[in-house]
Amino acid sequence: MRLHLKNARLIDPAASVDRVTDIWMAGGRVASIDHAPDAFTADRVLDVAGKVVMPGLVDLSAQLREPGFEYRATLESELRAAMAGGITSLVLPPDTDPPLDEPGLVEMLKHRARQLDQVNIYPLGAMTVGLKGETITEMAELTEAGCVGFAQADRPVSDTRVLLRAMQYAKSFGYTLWLRPLDPWLARSGVAASGAYASRLGLPGVPQQSETIALHTLFELQRAVGVGLHICRVSSAGGLALIQQAKAEGLPVTCDVSINHAHLTDVDIGYYDTHYRLDPPLRGQRDREALRMGLAQGTIDALCSDHTPVDDDGKQLPFAEAEAGATGLELLLSLAVKWALEDKVPLLDALARVTQGPARVLALSAPAMPPIGGLSVGSPADFCVVDLDAYWTVDRQSLLSQSQHTPFLGMELPAKVLATGVRGRIIWESAR
Amino acid sequence: MTQSLDRLVDMPTAEALYLKLLEGVRTLIKDLPQEQVHLVGILSGGAWLAERLQQDLKLPGAMGSLNISFYRDDFDRIGLHNQVTPSEIAFDVVDRHLIVVDDVLYTGRTIRAAMNELFDYGRPASVKLVVLIDRQERQLPICADFSAWQIAEASTGSVVLAKTEQGTFSLHIEPETPDA
Amino acid sequence: MRNPQLNKHGELTHLISTEGLSRDILQHILDTAQTFVPLAERDVKKVPLLRGKSVFNLFFENSTRTRTTFEIAATRLSADVFNLNINVSSAAKGETLLDTIANLSAMQADIFVVRHESSGAPYLIARHVSPDVHVINAGDGRHAHPTQALLDMYTIRHFKKSFSNLTVAIVGDVLHSRVARSNIHALTTLGVAEVRAIAPLTLLPSGLAEMGVKTYTDMAQGLKDVDVIIMLRLQNERMRGALLPSSHEYFKHFGLTQEKLAYAKPDALVMHPGPMNRGVEIESAVADGPQSVILNQVTFGIAVRMAVMSIVAGASS
Repeated sequence: MRLHLKNARLIDPAASVDRVTDIWMAGGRVASIDHAPDAFTADRVLDVAGKVVMPGLVDLSAQLREPGFEYRATLESELRAAMAGGITSLVLPPDTDPPLDEPGLVEMLKHRARQLDQVNIYPLGAMTVGLKGETITEMAELTEAGCVGFAQADRPVSDTRVLLRAMQYAKSFGYTLWLRPLDPWLARSGVAASGAYASRLGLPGVPQQSETIALHTLFELQRAVGVGLHICRVSSAGGLALIQQAKAEGLPVTCDVSINHAHLTDVDIGYYDTHYRLDPPLRGQRDREALRMGLAQGTIDALCSDHTPVDDDGKQLPFAEAEAGATGLELLLSLAVKWALEDKVPLLDALARVTQGPARVLALSAPAMPPIGGLSVGSPADFCVVDLDAYWTVDRQSLLSQSQHTPFLGMELPAKVLATGVRGRIIWESAR
Repeated sequence: MTQSLDRLVDMPTAEALYLKLLEGVRTLIKDLPQEQVHLVGILSGGAWLAERLQQDLKLPGAMGSLNISFYRDDFDRIGLHNQVTPSEIAFDVVDRHLIVVDDVLYTGRTIRAAMNELFDYGRPASVKLVVLIDRQERQLPICADFSAWQIAEASTGSVVLAKTEQGTFSLHIEPETPDA
Repeated sequence: MRNPQLNKHGELTHLISTEGLSRDILQHILDTAQTFVPLAERDVKKVPLLRGKSVFNLFFENSTRTRTTFEIAATRLSADVFNLNINVSSAAKGETLLDTIANLSAMQADIFVVRHESSGAPYLIARHVSPDVHVINAGDGRHAHPTQALLDMYTIRHFKKSFSNLTVAIVGDVLHSRVARSNIHALTTLGVAEVRAIAPLTLLPSGLAEMGVKTYTDMAQGLKDVDVIIMLRLQNERMRGALLPSSHEYFKHFGLTQEKLAYAKPDALVMHPGPMNRGVEIESAVADGPQSVILNQVTFGIAVRMAVMSIVAGASS
């Protein structure tokens, strides 16, 4: 498909580009920018004057719930949601049912995704068999099947011997471990962040030490082994400080934060609104400010949706019994822009956290992968067209995900995705 | 068309009406065994009247006061009334002659509630009703054994009894407040 | 956000927590309770106020005493009372909380009195009942037990007349206590001079300072010159172990004995929500002693619950 995008405001953080120009795409790649390629006849010309064209977003964590949890969400519904959010590459955590600990399961998943032929899917393999934290998986076989790294989802490994061995094994092959910083005991008994608000609500709390102790452990082991680590869902100021120190020390660390933690605090739980029942739990004002600062400065490499579909039955329960999680694919870009507007972060930097930043995390984790997250000549033509000035309301009608539980329900957010393209083919357009 | 109460200018003062009430009660109870007679005033206007009657009649039996808010028939419409002073019937009502005292007798619903409440304290020998003003717009089959003043025509608004710090009674007409 | 306990006219339509209720509303409940107290002396202890109304006691956690006082209160208001003890295992057989509520609402319940082990459950219920149905929280997880706090406030007001110059100490397992939380909010709203919490650190939640409470880990210091002592029950079933080594050691350092009581003012009130663990958090001599108003609390509890039911039932829909 030969595509010509006219009068686009091209924003490509990877190339530090923000200017109005034309873009030509052919053969699934960006053929040319600024000047038309020789003898090029476009199959489709889109005049996107006044609109932004940017690389398709790269989301480092989206649970699509297949296989195993299809009553909550399916690949079809969630990939549509991703496209509506301008996302063209998704990293999937391994906690499906069964978990992704066998190459056959990974192949099946990739096959399903290829058949749908929509966004690019990058599964993370389970680091231990069944995610049980006891024996390590066939990491090489899983990588061959298509895994880009290894993770434990939200199940921390309590046996430090297993953790150490997993790091050593992964290091042998040059694989990266994607781990949430959770102390196996402190994290388990709480549903809200320890502090004044959880105490008032009478909810068992998760102290910040659950995150900081886990990070100390991970970094100590990493110092000895040298394995690459991606820290998933940092949630506290204390945790971020440790990550900053580790990076300064030169340890091979990257990290991400979820859209929920970048915008919300524990007080937002209000009268036990289960939309705010999240793991890790929302922390306080100080933590949110530190996280936003970390995002702005680049200490945090990526902003991710942490998309976790939950059905109605999972949320219509008392807070402590409700299932943790929120839908997020369709909100990632809007919430990145909202943050940029509120904190006056340069747009190029803010959008880097959802394109170049996560792409770099992926590249470090899976060096053999062709590079994504940019729109220079020769890049894969994964892009989205955005109206930065348009606002849209998050409600049951506008959300495409099968799960409509998000703490942002009812809010008006900036930046509307008008079209999304993968490999030069427009796979989604908003009804306009 | 009903007229407003404040057009009825020939009504005597509260103090004058009280004197009539006092004489009426005296006559009413003269043939009853005095130790078994008890005044029961309906809070707050009726209770004020009963207090003064108790002093002037020098009855041996204690007086009581009734807060009828738990026995009203309009709970579903208006909810719990704000009246704070609780009922106080410190004597045994069984086989006694009760004289219920109220300031204004209007629809009769207050007296219905008062009777229901009194009977939850026990079974009196008799119950009589005396009021300062009888508006005669009954919605229930209730009548006063004595009233110091009667208002024959239907009228809008309400009559309110007030008492100064020194204990002097006065009557005020309040115009009809439209329903909220 | 409007407090879900109030309807759009600002009237109390549910009682779920003392937190967020104005001083006026709290006083109104206490004043109304006062009008119900004399009824206990009458032969006919009933009034017809809630005649025809159905009160459903929905106890997901067992409690005979609290349920009984609510039953007595509702009966004295002439309401029809239905008791449902739904223990956790039958709920685990599949029916969700909201399904239970929907089924009962179809039976024309007017008031739900709910006790549940999960904090926040009454708010969830209140969001799903129709406007003329009222929810009264009889205790939810660690969060709130508002009627207990109100009867505690009534008791304090009865004996001390005014809240303004009082120092009140709450002693015991504050971490797990819904009674403590509800009392703290009520006491601070009603304007007491100082609220203290006394317990070992393992039993004190974080954030107490933000709730206006001074914490102590020593009884001698914490009870000094205190006007009211509220003892909390050491709740065996709530402790998941490793919080206290033994009740013996607890009693020695945090139990209210006559010796420790002497640190407080000579006319200090001794209160306890019950049931008491004699010899664990309180000595019998103190529980049965002249400063104890524990039995008064029970009596006042009925009047307070009658007041709460009358007030919420009377709120316009």
